[in-house]
Amino acid sequence: MNPLSKLEAFKLDVLKEVGNIGAGNAATALSRLLDKPVDMKVPTVNLIPFEQVADKVGGLEQVVVAVFLRVEGDAPGNMFFLIKEDSAKRLLNSLLSLEVRDDNGYSEMELSALSEIGNILAGSYLSSLADFTKLSMSPTVPALAVDMAGAILSYGLVQYGEMGDSALLIDTTFFEGREDLEGHFFLIPDPESFDKIFSSLGVPSE
Amino acid sequence: MIQQNVVKVGMADLNISSDGGTLRTTGLGSCVGLILFDERNRIAGMAHVMLPTSEIARESSINLAKYADTAIPELIQRMKQAGAMTSRLTAKMAGGAQMFAFAMQSEAMRIGPRNVESCKEMLTRFDIPLLGEDTGGNYGRTIEFDSTRGILVIRSVQLGIKEI
Repeated sequence: MNPLSKLEAFKLDVLKEVGNIGAGNAATALSRLLDKPVDMKVPTVNLIPFEQVADKVGGLEQVVVAVFLRVEGDAPGNMFFLIKEDSAKRLLNSLLSLEVRDDNGYSEMELSALSEIGNILAGSYLSSLADFTKLSMSPTVPALAVDMAGAILSYGLVQYGEMGDSALLIDTTFFEGREDLEGHFFLIPDPESFDKIFSSLGVPSE
Repeated sequence: MIQQNVVKVGMADLNISSDGGTLRTTGLGSCVGLILFDERNRIAGMAHVMLPTSEIARESSINLAKYADTAIPELIQRMKQAGAMTSRLTAKMAGGAQMFAFAMQSEAMRIGPRNVESCKEMLTRFDIPLLGEDTGGNYGRTIEFDSTRGILVIRSVQLGIKEI
């Protein structure tokens, strides 16, 4: 049995707040970039079977644009910024006035812009989280992939594979209303990081 | 057209087909989809392997399908029960990609190539010939094995459809 399945409800609430603070700052950063209001949903924190993680973004075979960063420092983990292709194109369009061609494939410029957006957003997510917890967390250089959600996300689940068939995921959805741009932040702390996050926030461990 | 029986294999899962059905697994990244096939008896098995070795397992009850070194013996066992002969088995595999290229290459991040190596080691140990593979690269794959034709169809976003 996965030890994380025993987390009490209030600890899950703490993690929800962690997601809220991080993603809130990232949404603000995105809003400044776009010069448009960006909304976000209340984060969800769940222990999710591997098979169902990709359902959050449309299923295992859904093609998504993903920026992946490994979080290093006191509380290591994996972080994904995921958007569907149509949202990615809208994002490029409104941000850089790049008219993305409708055929598959992105130019180097477009890929680099998406990667940088992911980098800025993940950076603001992590730095607010680091301020809040007083833990050191630094992102690695972002890596970008446009591929099936299942193939991309399974990469962030390897650390959990050693101890069970499900992963603890802090998921925040954000959207830019009128143009229907939707994206997700997934923070998947390594299993060992939870104790550190909790103790840094003064949550007693049993 | 005859509706074929499609058997779905999930992540860290394995299954067999002995009635001419198709085995399918989706969204392989660093995971490896391994197929064993007894052509004469038309018995096929597929495992969606996630990690190279069960030595690193920290779970109390091991999911045999998840690790290369436990999934392959288990798959052989299940196929034998269905009437397959170990000496007639052949293998094909796909997956084991490295989805993200990083400057720093820690062992944990090289999981795709390690999965492939480990699967090959197990095949050698059981003396099962590897007839074809489509491994490595930096892209995801969805695979389907047609057990009436013995052909593995590989789909990817970047490269379209390939058969081995």
